[in-house]
Amino acid sequence: MPADALTFVIRRIGRATQESVGRLGFATRFFALVLYHSPAAFMRLQLTFREIYFSGVLSLVIILVSGLFVGMVLGLQGYDALNKYGAGDSLGIFVGLSLVRELGPVVAGLLFASRAGSAVTAEIGLMKTTEQIAAMEMMAVDPLARIVAPRFWGGIISMPLLAALFSVLGVFGAYIVGVRLIGLDTGAFWGNMRAGIEFWPDVTNGIIKSIVFGIAVSLIAVFEGYVATPTAEGVSTATTRTVVESSLAILALDFLLTVFMFRGGA
Amino acid sequence: MDRGTIDFWVGLFVVIGIGAIVFLALRVGNLTSLQRTPSYRLEAAFDNIGGLKLRAPVKAAGVVIGRVERVRFDPTMYRAVVTMSVDQGYQFSKDTIASILTSGLLGEVYIGLDAGGDTQMLADGGMITKTQSAVVLEKLIGQFLFDKAATLGEAKNENR
Repeated sequence: MPADALTFVIRRIGRATQESVGRLGFATRFFALVLYHSPAAFMRLQLTFREIYFSGVLSLVIILVSGLFVGMVLGLQGYDALNKYGAGDSLGIFVGLSLVRELGPVVAGLLFASRAGSAVTAEIGLMKTTEQIAAMEMMAVDPLARIVAPRFWGGIISMPLLAALFSVLGVFGAYIVGVRLIGLDTGAFWGNMRAGIEFWPDVTNGIIKSIVFGIAVSLIAVFEGYVATPTAEGVSTATTRTVVESSLAILALDFLLTVFMFRGGA
Repeated sequence: MDRGTIDFWVGLFVVIGIGAIVFLALRVGNLTSLQRTPSYRLEAAFDNIGGLKLRAPVKAAGVVIGRVERVRFDPTMYRAVVTMSVDQGYQFSKDTIASILTSGLLGEVYIGLDAGGDTQMLADGGMITKTQSAVVLEKLIGQFLFDKAATLGEAKNENR
């Protein structure tokens, strides 16, 4: 019956909408709860340090290598395009601005989401599957304070540092290509960069962006892990969701922040 | 992994991370020019400011001595009033000429200050009265064509 098919479709749409809005509501409540339990993450600094080690220090290799290569590619492509207009000397400012404003926070954020965010989700999801979280609750240990908050803050602290390192390695990569390989003047490279990039607002806005991305990725990672269906399949779905949702969140937030930060100047 | 090792690596990570931010601030961005040296304000009214932007440099003899802080349109004079903040260390005489210049053909627009010979100095909030507006390329080309046409016309009249 066509009428039945129609009700079926409408019901499905309605349920999906209701579920996603409910999920968003729970995520917001979860965010508030994590913030409420955050002092615990700083009371037991050792736990947070451990998470900074796992999500920050262990992400260093991928961040540093990617930064170097992104910078080198920017150097080559940027020089190719700029040199057509005789502006090859402006390579420094081109590379510096794109890294500090956009690529540093965004690419480091995407890498961080896939490298560290997914690991956090998988870890919390597996803890739930193996009933470690339930066991903690039995022992009157709040998993939000003991498991979630340290991972959340570990990510937030790591993210800006990783983004800054990404930018620095990128600038260094562009320096290698531009000055060492192509033979631009060292003074022009650094001088133009320093003349065109201001600490305020360019560098500070990049840092603000990376902190916001850190909050978004960490929240999504711990949330997806915490609400994961406690099965092998559930954990794998949760991990995928973390990567997809964090990446989309980073790109959407980047657009919003850019609109607010750099709307044409003057 | 024992506590000591984790602490060591996290400490190292934080140190090089903060080092990277400092590098971005000092080497990539020019934080050094951000240092808030005490400054005072000068104002100047121009007929046309061309492409002058906020935070554009104010230069004297090519040296950056300040920044453009505010640009507004004065509806009574029908002129653009530019407020600049100039380093306290540099004083300018009352007959200083402020002109809007461009570095190179396509370079950035800046304000050039040429000191005069007056013994009285401009105080905070002082107004520079002698100004020279931006050279608008279209007007310049228009004027050039007009002059050229005029001289050609005269030459024709003489030949007749």
